[in-house]
Order: sequence, then C-alpha cells, then structure tokens
Amino acid sequence: MERFTSLSGVAAPLLEDDVNTDQITPLYRDLHPDFAALLFSRRRWREHGSVDPEFVLNRPAFRSAKILFTGANFGCGSSRESAVWGMLAFGIRCIIARSFADTYRENCLKNGLLPVTIDGSEADRLEHLVVELDGREPLTVDLNSQQIIARDAVFAFTISSSERHALLEGLDDIGLSLEHRSAIEAFEEAQGSAQPWLQRAAVQR
Amino acid sequence: MAQTLLDKIWDAHVVARRDDGRQLIYLDRHVLHELHAPEAFRRLESSGRSLRRPDLTFGVQDHTVSTQPGRDGTTNPDGAPYIEAMRAGTRRLGIHLFDVEDPLQGISHVVAPELGLVLPGSTYACPDSHACTVGGLGALALACGTSELEHVLATQTLAVVKPKQMRLRLSGIVGPGVSAKDVALFVLRAVGVAGARGHAIEYCGEVIDEMGVEGRLTLCNLAIEMGARTALVAPDEATISWLAGRPYAPSGPEWDLAAASWRGLRSDGGATFDREVDLDCGALEPQITWGTDPSQVVGVTEVVPDPARAAPAEAARINRSLAYMDLAPGAALKGLPIDRVFIGSCTNSRLSDLRAAARIIAGGKVAPGVIGLVVPGSTSVKRAAEDEGLDQAFLDAGFIWGESGCSMCAGGNGDVGAPGERCISTTNRNFEGRQGRSVRTHLVSPETAAACALSGVITDVRSLIGRSR
Repeated sequence: MERFTSLSGVAAPLLEDDVNTDQITPLYRDLHPDFAALLFSRRRWREHGSVDPEFVLNRPAFRSAKILFTGANFGCGSSRESAVWGMLAFGIRCIIARSFADTYRENCLKNGLLPVTIDGSEADRLEHLVVELDGREPLTVDLNSQQIIARDAVFAFTISSSERHALLEGLDDIGLSLEHRSAIEAFEEAQGSAQPWLQRAAVQR
Repeated sequence: MAQTLLDKIWDAHVVARRDDGRQLIYLDRHVLHELHAPEAFRRLESSGRSLRRPDLTFGVQDHTVSTQPGRDGTTNPDGAPYIEAMRAGTRRLGIHLFDVEDPLQGISHVVAPELGLVLPGSTYACPDSHACTVGGLGALALACGTSELEHVLATQTLAVVKPKQMRLRLSGIVGPGVSAKDVALFVLRAVGVAGARGHAIEYCGEVIDEMGVEGRLTLCNLAIEMGARTALVAPDEATISWLAGRPYAPSGPEWDLAAASWRGLRSDGGATFDREVDLDCGALEPQITWGTDPSQVVGVTEVVPDPARAAPAEAARINRSLAYMDLAPGAALKGLPIDRVFIGSCTNSRLSDLRAAARIIAGGKVAPGVIGLVVPGSTSVKRAAEDEGLDQAFLDAGFIWGESGCSMCAGGNGDVGAPGERCISTTNRNFEGRQGRSVRTHLVSPETAAACALSGVITDVRSLIGRSR
C-alpha cells in the first residue's frame, strides 16, 4: 500500500450527506475501466452526454482537487471498493467528512486514502473556509501531526494510532494477519473437534 | 458475565489479536460473486499468496447474469467478461462455483442460506453489502470490499474491530397485507440511513417470534441501509426446522449436536447493548419509499413530505428527492400511475415472497402498459415455484418469468427501466439511477408490488386481500 504522510492540494466541497457508492462509482462493464472517468460520472455528465458545469469536480478550480470535503455518512450503500479506486484515479487522496459509512472507511484505509472525520462546530468552521477558498488556495493535511492547515487556521483531527501507523508506513494488512498463521491453524484444529460441521462444507445428502 | 448473541458468536471465532488492536475473526464460510471476486483473485495471485481454504469458499454468478430464458454465460454481453473471469479464477483456485447453468445457481444471499452453507452461530463473509441478510439465521455476517476479500482468501479471517451493539425490539402483531419488508421499511424510516452506523443490530420481539425465517432474512437484508455493520436474529425452532435437510447442513448425529448447540444461542437475560430501540408495529400499514434513499418511507395511505414544513437542511434534501421522483410536495402516492414492476433481489425473491405475490394476483392481469418482471432468487427457488405452478400464475397474469439473478436490483445484467419510468420494486435501494438513468424507484413488499402491477397505479394491497381469498 502507498504511504500517506502529508498532502497539499485543493479541497473540493461536496456539501451533501449520505453520498452513496452508486453515485461515486456506478457499475461498469469493463473489468478494468477508466476509474477516473467513472468517478461521479452520472453527475459529471448529463443524460445525453453533455458536461454539467455546475458539478463541483467539473469546475476548473477543482479538476485537480486532491481533497474532497463532504458531509455525513459518506460512501453508504454498496461495499464496492471501486468507489475508492475512483477517488485515487481522479487524484483525490484524502476525504474529509463529518462521518463515513463503515465499509467505505475500511476500503479507504486499505488503499492509502486518508479518511478524516471532523464533526460539529469544527466541521462547520472548516466547511466555511473550504467554501471561501473556493479552490484558489490549497489545504495541507498532515497525518503525522493530525492537522489540517489552511491560511492561518489549524484544525486538529483524530485517527487511531494504529490506523495512522499503517497509513504512514504503508503496511501490508494481509502480511500483518499472516503473522498469526499458527493461531489460525490451532483454531481450525480446535473447531474441527468441537464443531466438525463448520470445518467441512460438503454436500451431506 | 451476561453475553449477547453477537458476543457469543464473536468470542467463539476470535483467532488472535493483532498488535494494532484488531481481532482476527475466523470465517466459517465465504461466498463470492463474479462482480468483485475476479479482481481479488488477480491480486491474491499477483502477490504470490495462496487461497487458504478453497473447501470453505464458494462462488456464484449473480450480479451480471442474464434473466432471459435459455441464457448462457454470454447472453448478457456486458456480463460475459465477469462471468468468464469468475469461471477461470475459481477453476485455477479450486473453488466450487455455482455457475450460470448450475441447478443450484442464484443470488449469493439466497443460495448461502438455502443450501445450508450458512448455519446459526457460524460466521460468513461476502464481498457485498447485503451479506447481513443471512443474519436472519443467527449467523454473524460480514460484508467486505475487495481488499478485505483478498484478506479472507489468504487467511480465512477478517481483521476487524468489534462493532457496537443495538437491540431493536419490535412489538405488536402485524395485520394482513403487511410483511417483513413493510416492517423493515418502517424500521428504516424510524432509524434513518445512518442511524445504525458502527453497530450490529439484534432484532427481537413479538414480530420476530411470529415472523417466518425467510421474513427474517428480508428484515436483516435491509440493515445495511441503516448503516449497520450486520444484523442478527437468534435461532429458534423455526430456524432449525427450516435448515433441516438442506444439502450442506450437517446430518445424522452431527445434526443433533449442531441443533442442540443452536438452541442455547441467544442473548442472556442480563446482557447489555450500547443502544436499545423499541418500535410498535401493531398499527403498521403497507410501507413504500417516496424518495431516493431507503429511509424516505411513508405508509401507503400517507402523503409525501412537504419541504415547507421541514427545517432548511432537510427541506433541500426533500426537494431534491421530490424533484427526482417527479412528485409534488404533500402529494398522495396512492393512485399514482406506474410503468414497471420488479419482484426479485436478495431482499424479496424467496419462495415465500413469490407465493405471497401470487396470492395477490389470484387470476388478475397486469394492467395495460405496465411491464412486470418476476425473477426468482435462485434456480432452486425457481424450480420449487414451478412445481407449485407459480410460474404459470405469473405468466397468465402477463408477467415475465425470468431466470435467477440480481437483475433489476442493481441493473448489472442490463435489466433496467427506461428513462423517467416509475418502477415499483421489491429491492433494497431507491438511489438515483440505480435501476436505470432517471428511473424512479419505489421500494415495497412483494404483495404491494403485485397489487400495483394489477391496478397500474400505487395501491394499498389490503384492498385486494378480501378479493383474493
């Protein structure tokens, strides 16, 4: 996984709650599509293919946004990880939201995309600033110090130390679990004696 | 210490605690589908790791398969690359695949319970948000993304943080024409689309005790729409009878041992939950969504909200939903003309759902100009329905009787509505564009869907119940 340390870039405001993954990345036909083009495609392009100039990622100031600022429950709905790959392909490596849907947040962490949760009046203050900056000046998100810095303002955010460590180091999540291989084997052996039907999935009749 | 149902299943499956505080939870069964599995196979293989337990891993073809009679893997050309990649990947890795032509093929969340692949007290992972469906049997289901799927393939575990717990107690006796789907929509309306975020829900109460096992699967199916990590119903005698004789369920003396262990599988009397929500379902009428998120629900005789009477932030959202749905503020839904009816999906495509819809049809005809599509949740369900003559009942009424798959739920197989159509659907998501560009989806029960198909307008199914008996 690619490391995340610090990032400076324009923050695009998508001031909505409950943005679902069907919107973020609609289902696609190709096994390996152009994920950047797919991102929010139903909103970036109108029904007959014309560009919607009003949609935030179509506005010239946000076409190379590296940060998305959004509302609550971001990424609800389908568990599709393509809704994170789309962000990365577009160039977004940090999403600041009032809250995230559980699976979406998990998918972010697995892909080195920093999910920042910021809530309450701090979120209101940052939202105000992001809208005011309107893509003219960058924000800096620093994972080491857990701060968002814009103009003279500093916003603190929290993330668990283990998640922070994994992002900073770009840790291999599967590798971490495989260190427990012998515990997995022991579990299988014990379950095989106590509940043999769970360790064997075969047609019984 | 008193434990909840979730605590018991969780504790029985903890393999280890990683240094980062996450627990490795062992997955007893893993069911994959063609939309997300091929990419995980590719990643696993390119990392040089191997599939730990091919024998506990199963594949299905569901999201992209055509529902046309006589289909094969190429009938939906858009799905063919997925179907082929699934075949090749499962062959390489030695995973049993319920392929397009397999007599046991179907939607993962329908197939896993009906084959007895999922059992009470077991753990289950699926790379699909509706994995929570199988919690209706008293199993701990975890949905996962592609990276987590790769993790399961390599380790047969997920590295997770234990969710908070929420008990949803449903009291009252629901009346005729009101089904598990109506209860689920009612709960969604009360809890909201983010109200259960971070929580595992345990459903209990009178409504659950009286509800059939397939209804519990429907109820748990919609838990993710409240943001829940998963949902559970404690197994009871109904669960045990429902599972008896299923192909992959244990048999003989092992069945007796297993069933005995399931009988003690419930939350202890003094167990505590992070949140408790009590809802009375006694006066419930058939429910229907009016907007573009699944919590935007009203009773079928109610009117849709008026943004003028809502707080500003909420008003903007209501306005956006009403505009997409082409509804006026405060309008009645009953009597609104419809274009299409879909009965199917992991929410409502089991035999009991098809029976309930067929009872409402009772010799009636689909209204002129309305397209009705019925898609059984599995080829096994389809066969059982045909044995009872349900296919003929639907066909005689003018419905299309499809081959099993996810179909119009996400439209991944090309089954979508035409732009601007109003679609009455037994599925789980009324998101903008989900059933086709600018298609307006109303989520309902199979009974209500059947009633709407006959009348060509949004209908209170209770008005047809006297007639159909």
